[in-house]
Amino acid sequence: MDLFLQQVLNGLTLGSIYGLVALGLTLVYGILHVPNFAHGALYMVGAYVAYFTMVDLGLNYWLAMIAAGAVVAFLSVLCERLVFHPLRNAPPIHDKIAAIGILLFLEAVVQMYWGADFRRMPTPYTEILHFGGLTIPAQRLLIIAGAFGLMGALHLYLKKTMTGATIIAMAQNREGAFLVGIDANRVAMMTFAIAGVLAAVGATLFAPINLVYPAMGHLLIMKAFVIIILGGMGSIPGAIVGGLIIGFAEALGGFYISNEYKDVIAFALLVVILSVKPTGLFTKGVR
Amino acid sequence: MDRLMNFFVSPVLKWALLVLAVVFPLISDNEYHIYVMATAFIWAIAVYGMNIITGYCGQLNLAHGGFFAIGAYVVAILTVDHGWAFWPAFIAAGLAGAIFGFLVGVVSLRLKEHYFAIFTLCVGFIIYLLLEKWEALTHGSLGIINIAPPEGFGFVDFTETVPFYYLVLAFLVLSVWLVSRLSRSLLGRTFLAIRISDDLAQSLGINLMRNKVLAFVLSTVYAASAGALYAGVVRFIGPAEADVVHTFDMITYLLVGGIGTLMGPLLGTLAITWLTQMLQSLEEYRMIIFGPMLVILVIFFPRGIVGGFLTWRGRRLANKASQQDQGGESQASTQTSGTPGADKQEAGNNA
Repeated sequence: MDLFLQQVLNGLTLGSIYGLVALGLTLVYGILHVPNFAHGALYMVGAYVAYFTMVDLGLNYWLAMIAAGAVVAFLSVLCERLVFHPLRNAPPIHDKIAAIGILLFLEAVVQMYWGADFRRMPTPYTEILHFGGLTIPAQRLLIIAGAFGLMGALHLYLKKTMTGATIIAMAQNREGAFLVGIDANRVAMMTFAIAGVLAAVGATLFAPINLVYPAMGHLLIMKAFVIIILGGMGSIPGAIVGGLIIGFAEALGGFYISNEYKDVIAFALLVVILSVKPTGLFTKGVR
Repeated sequence: MDRLMNFFVSPVLKWALLVLAVVFPLISDNEYHIYVMATAFIWAIAVYGMNIITGYCGQLNLAHGGFFAIGAYVVAILTVDHGWAFWPAFIAAGLAGAIFGFLVGVVSLRLKEHYFAIFTLCVGFIIYLLLEKWEALTHGSLGIINIAPPEGFGFVDFTETVPFYYLVLAFLVLSVWLVSRLSRSLLGRTFLAIRISDDLAQSLGINLMRNKVLAFVLSTVYAASAGALYAGVVRFIGPAEADVVHTFDMITYLLVGGIGTLMGPLLGTLAITWLTQMLQSLEEYRMIIFGPMLVILVIFFPRGIVGGFLTWRGRRLANKASQQDQGGESQASTQTSGTPGADKQEAGNNA
């Protein structure tokens, strides 16, 4: 039983990180209908910025997180302005290729500056807590609390503020949003900035129990895509639920079925689901 | 000027290129250059496959590198572990490409646009993971060494660079010829119709699923055959062949040359390969240049070198035609102004 609970806890940790990254992806998709393949690279840049603010500048963990959020949000907005905005009327294949271009560029730049070595990010929260038979590293608790806190904050922002409402409006109906005078450029930039912050914070939370290296975003971005397809592209609750499903499937599958193949589980799930239902689990119609 | 332009779209250019390719090993005394050229030709074959599904049919397939690796692994496993000769293994690789392509295609092509791209990205990754983890079959992350080279006949020995170069060249010419036949056939037109609009194509009575799967299987057979040749020349392969980076490289080749054009894949592959060779020290960081280049290309030159040239030529011809008609009835000029699109299409199929 304790082992099972331990796996549930692991699943929750993984799921909350996946959820954060998938949220950014799904927000961007909802606004621009761009599957942003570069999102994983932004996550990776976030981890590197946090790592170097902590190790080279000697600042504390929270300042590093803020720095990472700011830098990645800026980069993300820059991508929107320079790349996705000019391509907004191009055939859909073009922005996918452009996103791949950004991904390749960011990875190459990081690798040139900081090398391809695996690095371990330090964290001030190294205690290990015990509840009954459960052992919980403090960082994992921080991940869960941080991720869900951020999701809650995002929910409030989208539902309670005017700018948040404009984002939702544009995701629901583009033309309708223009009709009531919503500035598309502002909303797009805002969305990309939020997506960037979510990715960077996710990276800073997750990096201490994982490793930091240039290809760290690859697997994660693919899983995030699986999640948003599961949850319906553009759906915010879908991204969170999908993230938890994949997180639990991996933790439990990795423990009870095969640890070797645990990374395949998410993709196998996707293949099975899309074979049965080509529009994804929670989508209402095909876009 | 006009004669030069016509030369570029005439079959003469293709023959000239072929002659150039045939005499290349005779004028170049650097064996390494011939080797680079031969591997570039192999990649070009794979890119031609990608052009069928992505260029003509309009579906961005991100598992192409995975199918390349499947071809390479079939040859490697059959020749090393089961003692097959290269040529039977080569045919088996092509068949494996077709079978896996069919299976993946039937499932993935029910999905549209973004879903298809994401799905194939995941398929590519599953292929990579399986090659790395399934040690009993694929030797795991160590890779497979001592793959049998293609058997020669008579005095011809394909383990030497120059004969191998001609072998690959022959396959390349065959591939280009097949694609050029394809693009002019009804089937090629059908693919183009699907690229332009699924719904329109369907309303013309085109069976979307059957044609898309056919295009997909053709492309995976190209990829697997290219992978098999690659295994024959490099003679050592590992799971890294299935890395998504190779797929991204192929997209770059395709986009630089001109997506959906006949000579684009070849020109793009050769241009980028030699550019990379010249910037050898940059090999690892080539993406710092190629990444932004991809972005700039899709924003400003989405049709690549060949497509860009054809567009420019089409516009020029149209301008000239409308200038000549200036004095004539307005009806005629509206008619000719309608032609550049058709003209471009025509040229696109011939170039």
